[in-house]
Amino acid sequence: MKLMTSDIIKTENLTKKFDNFTAVDNVSFTVKQGEIFGFLGPNGAGKTTTIKMLTTLLNPTDGFAEVVGFNIIKQKDEVRKKIGIVFQEPALDNELTGRENLDFHARMYGLDKKNRKTRINQVLKLVDLVNKKDEYVNNYSGGMKRRLEIARGLMHHPTVLFLDEPTLGLDAQTRRAIWEYIKKMNRDEGTTIFLTTHYMDEADYLCKRIGIIDQGKILVIDTTENLKNSVGNDVITLSCDDLEILIIRIQKEPWIKNIKMYGSSLTLGVEKGEEKIPVIIEIAQSLGLKIKSISVRKPTLDDVFLSFTGKNIRIEEPEPVYKKIARRRLLGR
Amino acid sequence: MIGAEFQAIYVMWLREMKRFSRSRSRIVGVIIQPLFFLVILGFGLRGAILPGLTGDYIDFIAPGIVAMAILFSSMFTGISVLWDKQFGFLQEVLVAPISRFSIIIGRTFGGATISLLQGFIILIISIFLGVTVSSTAGLFLTIIFMVLLAFTAVGFGLILASLMRDFQGFQIIINLIILPLFFLSSAIVPIQTNENLPKFLIDASFANPLFYMVDGLRGSLTGMNWVFDPLINLVIVFIICAIMMGLGTYFFSKSEA
Repeated sequence: MKLMTSDIIKTENLTKKFDNFTAVDNVSFTVKQGEIFGFLGPNGAGKTTTIKMLTTLLNPTDGFAEVVGFNIIKQKDEVRKKIGIVFQEPALDNELTGRENLDFHARMYGLDKKNRKTRINQVLKLVDLVNKKDEYVNNYSGGMKRRLEIARGLMHHPTVLFLDEPTLGLDAQTRRAIWEYIKKMNRDEGTTIFLTTHYMDEADYLCKRIGIIDQGKILVIDTTENLKNSVGNDVITLSCDDLEILIIRIQKEPWIKNIKMYGSSLTLGVEKGEEKIPVIIEIAQSLGLKIKSISVRKPTLDDVFLSFTGKNIRIEEPEPVYKKIARRRLLGR
Repeated sequence: MIGAEFQAIYVMWLREMKRFSRSRSRIVGVIIQPLFFLVILGFGLRGAILPGLTGDYIDFIAPGIVAMAILFSSMFTGISVLWDKQFGFLQEVLVAPISRFSIIIGRTFGGATISLLQGFIILIISIFLGVTVSSTAGLFLTIIFMVLLAFTAVGFGLILASLMRDFQGFQIIINLIILPLFFLSSAIVPIQTNENLPKFLIDASFANPLFYMVDGLRGSLTGMNWVFDPLINLVIVFIICAIMMGLGTYFFSKSEA
C-alpha cells in the first residue's frame, strides 16, 4: 500500500463553489488511520459536499485532498477502490434482494466468486441481516436498509468508510443499534471512519475527534474530550430578572472559566458545579436579584457548538422527498 | 483490470435482466401493445388503398411495428437511468472503481437485450401472421437493423436522462419529439411516397433518422415499399448509431450524481 504517513484523509484548503454560493470554504483537516472522525454541523453546513468531494463524486473548485495517499482529482479510480460510502439517502436497488444488492456491489469491485460468497455472509452477519437476505429491499424497514448499506460499504474491505448522516430519520432504538455496528466494524475490521452528523450525542458517542463545521468553514477540530473541557467541567445554566447586573458582578469571581449569555439565560463554565450553585444564589441575593431557575450538568457537544457558533445547533427533521423534488425544480438543478 | 471492467459490464447487464424478468406487467405490456397495433391496424386496414403503398398493408406495417417495439423499449431503458438518479442508486454505481464507459456499455447491452427480445417476438408473430419474408439474407439484415436501432434508441434515452433532472419533461418529449418522428418515419403510413402530402413535409422527413431505420428494416425484411436500398440505409443507420452512442456516453459521463 502506498501510504507514507498514518494520515488516511488529508485536505488542504478544500473549496467548493456552486455559482455564487460557497458550500465548502477552505477546509483543511486530517484523519488518522483507525480513528472515527466526525464532522458535526447543522444541515447545509457543507458536510455532504465535503464527502462528495472526498469520494470523487464532485470536483473541488479549489484546494487539494488525498484519500489513502491518492489524489482525489487525478487518481479517482485508486481512491474509489479504497473507500466505502453510505450515502445520506438510501442508494439501494429496491427491486433486488438484500443479497443481490451486495452481490452487485461485490462484482462492481471485482471480487471473485469465492470471496463474494464468504464476504457477503460475513457482512450480513455483522449487521444481523442473514435471515432477511433473500427478501426484496422494497420490504425492508428504514433501519434494515441502512444496515444493509453499511454492510455493503464494507464489502470490499475499504480502508476508510464514509458515513453521511448514518442515523438520519431513524428511531432511537435503531440509532443505538447502528452506533454499535459502527463501533464494531471500526474495532473488528480496523476500518477508519469518517462520518457526518448533526446529532450531538452521536458525535459524542462515536467519535474520538470531531470537526465543527458551519457555513462551509471549520470552526474547530479537537478530541471530544478537549472540546468538552474547553467549555468547563460543569455547565451551570441560570435565568434571572436582570442578567446584566449579575454578569458584571459575577465575572469578577476567579472560579468562572467562561461566561456566555444566550437570550434570557446565562451559561457558566465552572469546576465542581454543585458547590458553586449556593455561591451564585448568595451573590444574586446580595444584589437583590431573584433567580428564576438554575441547573448544573455535564457539558455536551451542544455547549461546545454553542460556544463556538453562538447559536444552538439547528436540529431539523429530515426533509420529505416531495419537498426536495419541489426545491430541485425551483432551483432547476 | 480489464477483467474487472468485464465483470462490471456483466453485472450491469444482469441487473437489467433481473429487473425486467421480475416486472410482469412490463413484460406483458411491451408485447401486448405492439401486437395490438399490428393486429388491429394490420388487419383492419388490410384491403385499404393508401396513397404511396404497394402490396398488402400488413407487409408494410409489420416492420414499422417491430421498429416501434424496439424504439420505445430501448428508450425506456435509457431513460430509466433517471429512476436510478432519483432513488440514489446511481451514486452507488458512479462511486465504484469502474470506468463510465463500462457502466454505459453494460446498461446499453441490458436495454438492447430486452428490446431485441420484444422485437423478435413481434417479428416471429408477424411471420406467423403471413408477412412476406424476402430471403434468408434479408432476414439476417433485418436482425442487424434491429440491433442498430436498439443501440441508437438506448443512446438517445441516455442523452435525455443525462440532461433531465426528473420525469417532468418526459411526457412532453414523447409527445413533441418521439411521436412526430415515429409517424414521419413511414412506420405506420407511407410518407415519402405519398404525393398528397405537402412537399416540405416530405423533404423534412428525410432528415428524420428513424426513417432510415424503418426503411432499412422494411427493405430487408419484405423487399417491398422501400425508398432507399437497404445497404445504403445500413451505412446511414450505422453512422447514426455511432453518433447517438457517442453522444450518450459523453453526456452520461458529464452528468454528476
